[in-house]
Amino acid sequence: MQCFTCPFCGPRDETEFFYGGEAGKERPEPSAEVTAERWAEWLYGETNSKGPSREIWLHLTCGEFFLMERHTVTHEVFATRATRGEEA
Amino acid sequence: MAGNYSAFRLLREGLRGHSGWQPAWRDSEPKDSYQVVIIGGGGHGLATAYYLARNHGIRRVAVLEKGWIGGGNTGRNTTAIRSNYFYPESVALYDFALRLYEGLSRELNYNVMFSQRGIVVVAHSEAEMEMAARVVNAMQINNTDAELLTREQVLEKVPLLNQGKDARFEIYGGIWQGRAGTARHDAVAWGYARAASALGVDIVQNCEVTGFLVENGRCVGVETSRGTIRAEVTGMAVAGHSGVLASMAGFRLPIRSFALQAMVSEPVKPCLDTVLLYMGTGTYLSQSDKGELVIGGGLDRVLSYGQRGNPPMQEQVISGLLEMVPAFGQLKLLRQWAGIVDVVPDSSPIIGPSPLPGLFMNGGWGTGGFKAIPAGGWLFAHLLATGEHHEISRPFDLERFRTGRLIDEAAGSAIPH
Amino acid sequence: MSVRRIAEAAAAESLEFTFDGRPLRGQPGDTVASALLANGVRIVGRSFKYHRPRGIWSAGADEPNAIFDIRLRGATQPNARATMVALEAGMEVRSVNSRPDAERDRYAFLDCFGRFLPAGFYYKTFMWPDWHRFEPSIRQMAGLGRLDPATQPAGATQRNLHCDLLVIGAGPAGLAAARAAALAGREVVLVEQQPRFGGSLLHRPARIDGLAGPAWVEDCLALLRDRGARLLSSTTAYGIYDHRLVCLWEQRGEGGDHLWRVRPRQIILASGASERPLVFDDNDRPGIMSADAALAYLRRHAVLVGDDIVIATNNDSVWPAAAALAEAGARVTIADCRRTPPLPAPAGVELLPGAPVGLVEGRNAVAGVIVGTRRLAADCLLTSGGWTPNVHLYCQHRGRLRYEEARLALVPGEDLEDLAVAGAARGALLLQEALAEGHRAAVGGGEGPRSEGALASFHIEAAWPDPRSARRQWIDLQNDVTVKDVALAARENFRSVEHLKRYTTLGMATDQGKTSNMNGLAALAAVTGRSIPEVGTTTYRPPYVPVPFTVIAGRRRGQLFAPVRRLVLEREHREAGAAFREYGSWLRPAFYGEGSPAEAMAREAQRARETLGLFDGSPLGKIEVMGPQAAALLDFTFYNRLSTLKPSRIRYGFMLQENGVIYDDGVVLRLAEDHFVVSCSSGHVPGVVMRLEEWRQDRFDPGRVVIHNSTAEWATLTATGPASRELVAALDLGVDLADAALPHMAFTTGSFQGQPLRVARVSFTGDRSYEISLPASHAAALWRRMREEGARLEATLLGSEGLMILRAEKGYIIAGKDTDGYTLPMDLGLTAPREKRQDEYLGKRSLFTEEAEKPKRPAFVGLQVEGKEPLATGAHAVERCAKGFRSLGFVTSSYWSPNLQRPIALGLVEAGRQRMGEEIEIYHLGNLRRARIVEPCSFDPEGERLNA
Repeated sequence: MQCFTCPFCGPRDETEFFYGGEAGKERPEPSAEVTAERWAEWLYGETNSKGPSREIWLHLTCGEFFLMERHTVTHEVFATRATRGEEA
Repeated sequence: MAGNYSAFRLLREGLRGHSGWQPAWRDSEPKDSYQVVIIGGGGHGLATAYYLARNHGIRRVAVLEKGWIGGGNTGRNTTAIRSNYFYPESVALYDFALRLYEGLSRELNYNVMFSQRGIVVVAHSEAEMEMAARVVNAMQINNTDAELLTREQVLEKVPLLNQGKDARFEIYGGIWQGRAGTARHDAVAWGYARAASALGVDIVQNCEVTGFLVENGRCVGVETSRGTIRAEVTGMAVAGHSGVLASMAGFRLPIRSFALQAMVSEPVKPCLDTVLLYMGTGTYLSQSDKGELVIGGGLDRVLSYGQRGNPPMQEQVISGLLEMVPAFGQLKLLRQWAGIVDVVPDSSPIIGPSPLPGLFMNGGWGTGGFKAIPAGGWLFAHLLATGEHHEISRPFDLERFRTGRLIDEAAGSAIPH
Repeated sequence: MSVRRIAEAAAAESLEFTFDGRPLRGQPGDTVASALLANGVRIVGRSFKYHRPRGIWSAGADEPNAIFDIRLRGATQPNARATMVALEAGMEVRSVNSRPDAERDRYAFLDCFGRFLPAGFYYKTFMWPDWHRFEPSIRQMAGLGRLDPATQPAGATQRNLHCDLLVIGAGPAGLAAARAAALAGREVVLVEQQPRFGGSLLHRPARIDGLAGPAWVEDCLALLRDRGARLLSSTTAYGIYDHRLVCLWEQRGEGGDHLWRVRPRQIILASGASERPLVFDDNDRPGIMSADAALAYLRRHAVLVGDDIVIATNNDSVWPAAAALAEAGARVTIADCRRTPPLPAPAGVELLPGAPVGLVEGRNAVAGVIVGTRRLAADCLLTSGGWTPNVHLYCQHRGRLRYEEARLALVPGEDLEDLAVAGAARGALLLQEALAEGHRAAVGGGEGPRSEGALASFHIEAAWPDPRSARRQWIDLQNDVTVKDVALAARENFRSVEHLKRYTTLGMATDQGKTSNMNGLAALAAVTGRSIPEVGTTTYRPPYVPVPFTVIAGRRRGQLFAPVRRLVLEREHREAGAAFREYGSWLRPAFYGEGSPAEAMAREAQRARETLGLFDGSPLGKIEVMGPQAAALLDFTFYNRLSTLKPSRIRYGFMLQENGVIYDDGVVLRLAEDHFVVSCSSGHVPGVVMRLEEWRQDRFDPGRVVIHNSTAEWATLTATGPASRELVAALDLGVDLADAALPHMAFTTGSFQGQPLRVARVSFTGDRSYEISLPASHAAALWRRMREEGARLEATLLGSEGLMILRAEKGYIIAGKDTDGYTLPMDLGLTAPREKRQDEYLGKRSLFTEEAEKPKRPAFVGLQVEGKEPLATGAHAVERCAKGFRSLGFVTSSYWSPNLQRPIALGLVEAGRQRMGEEIEIYHLGNLRRARIVEPCSFDPEGERLNA
């Protein structure tokens, strides 16, 4: 059982969280100008980093999405913070 | 190959202290260059090497394994083999694998103990029975064996199932594939390694790929912990680590890596004859020839490259198991481990050229790579040897994410894959 | 009798039990193992592969041989480890892997064929004609215990705990650590695997701070209790998981076991060490035991394991056992491999230096031991090949081992940030070392307890397995792995330690190699000419000991495994005779009344069209979206534009996934300029909320639009059918029901018993319908009123199945049933937003991919058949091809329509729009029927009944 710290609620069990995707992805727009490759990259492209990783998570209990930096091998969590008011 | 395996040979060796057995495969020092370099000494990589030599006569082949062969997902899965898929492309692929498995022990002269004990997928409601019918019909139309089971037929095959008043999931019926079964996973890797080695393939253990050799925009080999190795063609078959190699090669893949846990119980005398999957719990299991229940379920919920499991999913899987068969509550968990699986959005594999010319990939098998090993090897060998897709592998090209032609098994059949 | 209970220790009370059917007696405090020893039982089981007779080796969790099926109080516990099970009166103990019993096993002959059954023999044979020919009999031979189908134990209690310090193991090091920590004011949890705290202090001689070992243990426990520490005995820490979660299995006998999930700030691992066997020819004979176990049986259970005892050793740790056994009356000889053992022989003990064991006499029990040229009469052979630290949890926590030559053991390397190892678990076998390490681990320094009278030095010399021996020497007793097997594996290139394990099964039995691991590594090192550190070790996987599934599963059974959601009106529906089924996790009335379900459904569907149907639609989603950016958020997240919706009006809409596939359909009500209610499918509420939240937070100003899921707060009761307006009028809700004031796809507000409510004109049946939403607390009262008034109008209660028929007659879809993971909105004929919308919305670009533009995409169509029998849902539309058939799609919904008096069906069919009117073949389980492709709507295609 991993323990993540929601920036709003504090440390909670991993079962309260839902993975939202890697951080830093920008939705390509307007659609009419987006190539098929670019769109496929937005939908499916992943860094899937082995090691330090920046991710968006949802705390299901409070409904807030936030940024988490963690290590995908050791599972160490470096930091969590609200995405509010900044670019993730 | 240094000597055939047979009962007679076993008797003869028994009489002379087993001193005549030769190494099952040769460990090779890496040469400077090969026609084909395959990264990953798991089932898919070794099978690819074997079929390159056997089907295409290509023997200047090296399989590079960063640890010991068969040590990744080939040696960590729950050993189920089946082709109960929904889409024709999937059935073609997995049924090809199943047919190759049916003759594999004799083909390799290595008993992989493919045991066709059949799989029961249990449905718990009218809606799930309708979905089961959709899948069974699809399988029959795609020319693989499948039956729709009634409740009574399910209970006949698995009498221990929970029929108590407080059972959470009623038994409405299920899907049966009789040709499905299990095999000894390590033996598949060792059998291919032995057969490939006998045909002249170099198997290099403890050789980690650290980078790609790129000239004029084309992959011409690999950098490894044991030096530079040039190759006319390079293939990767590295299961959960596709993303790591992709980032070395400078491209991104539609793949997320998760830990998938497996568990075994202490061994008991035979009590479960088939492979069993409950739609309601997502827990699946079989009983090995040694008597252990071999149990699996869903992915851990946090993306991970850590090859270990976490309690939440263990608790989910094991409580699901006891919900299915309450009598299993008298058993104990003996061992638990995890493999890293490549999860693709449509739950189908990726076979084809990578964005880096000269580099090809076989990966993205998610939770189901073991059952596909012979087909994966055969088709990947075809691709590496000819540069062209075999007709069975063509739909699984990376291209599908651009065109939108996904083969979404999870959505198509509502059965965990 | 050679093994016996020392007379003066016989207890007044005796516990009767049976072993393989023989009645025996034990006494309180016995384990099953000690009771068997006290009764002189030598053969306790048969080995897994060769069915060799085996006896008890240890007194702890590392026992490889004494594995039993134990039946007590009508329940069976298969594969119980006799050394870890407290004896209870009435136990029926059966050896496993033996027939009819351990003494007279009829498969004992297999041992004669051992030479033909080396490691991995099965990979080399059984290929012709086919593995299936051989497998069934091999399966029957394998397995240990037997499952009892009638034993269905309840789940364990699971508890969570946070603490400052968790000390694992209550031997000298663990107690010293816990004591020091408690004195320093730390919050301590101390766990011990055995029923009694104390570890080796309970049987090895020592005085600590002036007290005898057991007295010092009691003193520590009293102090710990006084300081509020939590003490758990019979409790095994079996795994450390991410973020320092430690799982404990507490055995509580009849009371039911507990699982503890503990998250401590610091862990001190004081889990001790296992004595490992010396490996020599036939070293598996019954009567060969761990020397330390013999001492434990003597001191803890007053059981003397033999009269003529030979102790074979390569180290000093057997000295206390030799002295104690001699003192207890046995004739004891130490056969020491070392030429010059540093310690003098204990009083009354003969010491033979430079005397490795050559041969063991006796097949079913030790009869004598050949040491060099001497034959020693013996009924028991104790051995000690040194000690293997129990480092499992340290390794699970990513600790790295190093090989220590002076102790011939793999010991923990660096302490981890949050885990320290103390005592024998890090190789410190001397009492004073263990006490000091425990103390230091807890408080960082200072003086620990002082000990005297214990072994003061430890010396060991290598005596590893010798691969040159001609006879079989056993490494893994339970899985029957010999030194020859290791040599064979290496010869065949299974030289990686992981390959060795998998090829020979060394260390994969239920003892997980606790006694065999080091000897296996040493043997592999010897045959491959490498050192032990070069060979390395296999991964230590949890659990440390086998843990009951019930402990891991806990109480998650039945409803607690996956709770269903229940209607606020469930009682009312039950009283009305509802048959409940589960729909998307909601338990809902499928139909009402007795008789055949099909008739009931048809009856309800028919009556609802004739007069009036009353339906409980409470699970329908009611997600409020509020704020100045509410309309913009909905525009983005829906396929249909919603900002153009006028207040008090309703619009049907679709939510797509970003890949274009339909996620959900539902209606959206606009309460005010800045206030909407999204009424999505009941099963999709959490998903819709999550998607709305994601885009609200990512794309909009979260301060200017908020989302509130009020699904559970409101009930929705629906009246449908020609008499629905009359019914709603009779309810006196204070609303104007004139069509001009409340047309189809509009809503208004009213009140009932002072509660606000909404009356919405939306229809999932195609008939005039009113959905009344009100606070759930008042649903029962309104439902009662609706039924009272409905009775006058010949209303029927309408279950979900009847409603399904009605909507299918109209060709209305259920998202997820009539669509799949491939369905784009165009496939349902919904093309307008795709063609017209210039602004961005979820999934937009995906509607213009190559695949989306394909002309032969599946289309949602109706399927009409001749005759009375509906098509099977799940049947496929097919066309013939060279290979037989090709699927064109499938039937998604199919019913007998009582209103049309014929079957109706819906499906997704490739190029279905182009094929309109054509006949196609439908395949179901080998049978073919013909069906005509028609429009999905087969009832009232003009929609006149909406306002009828």
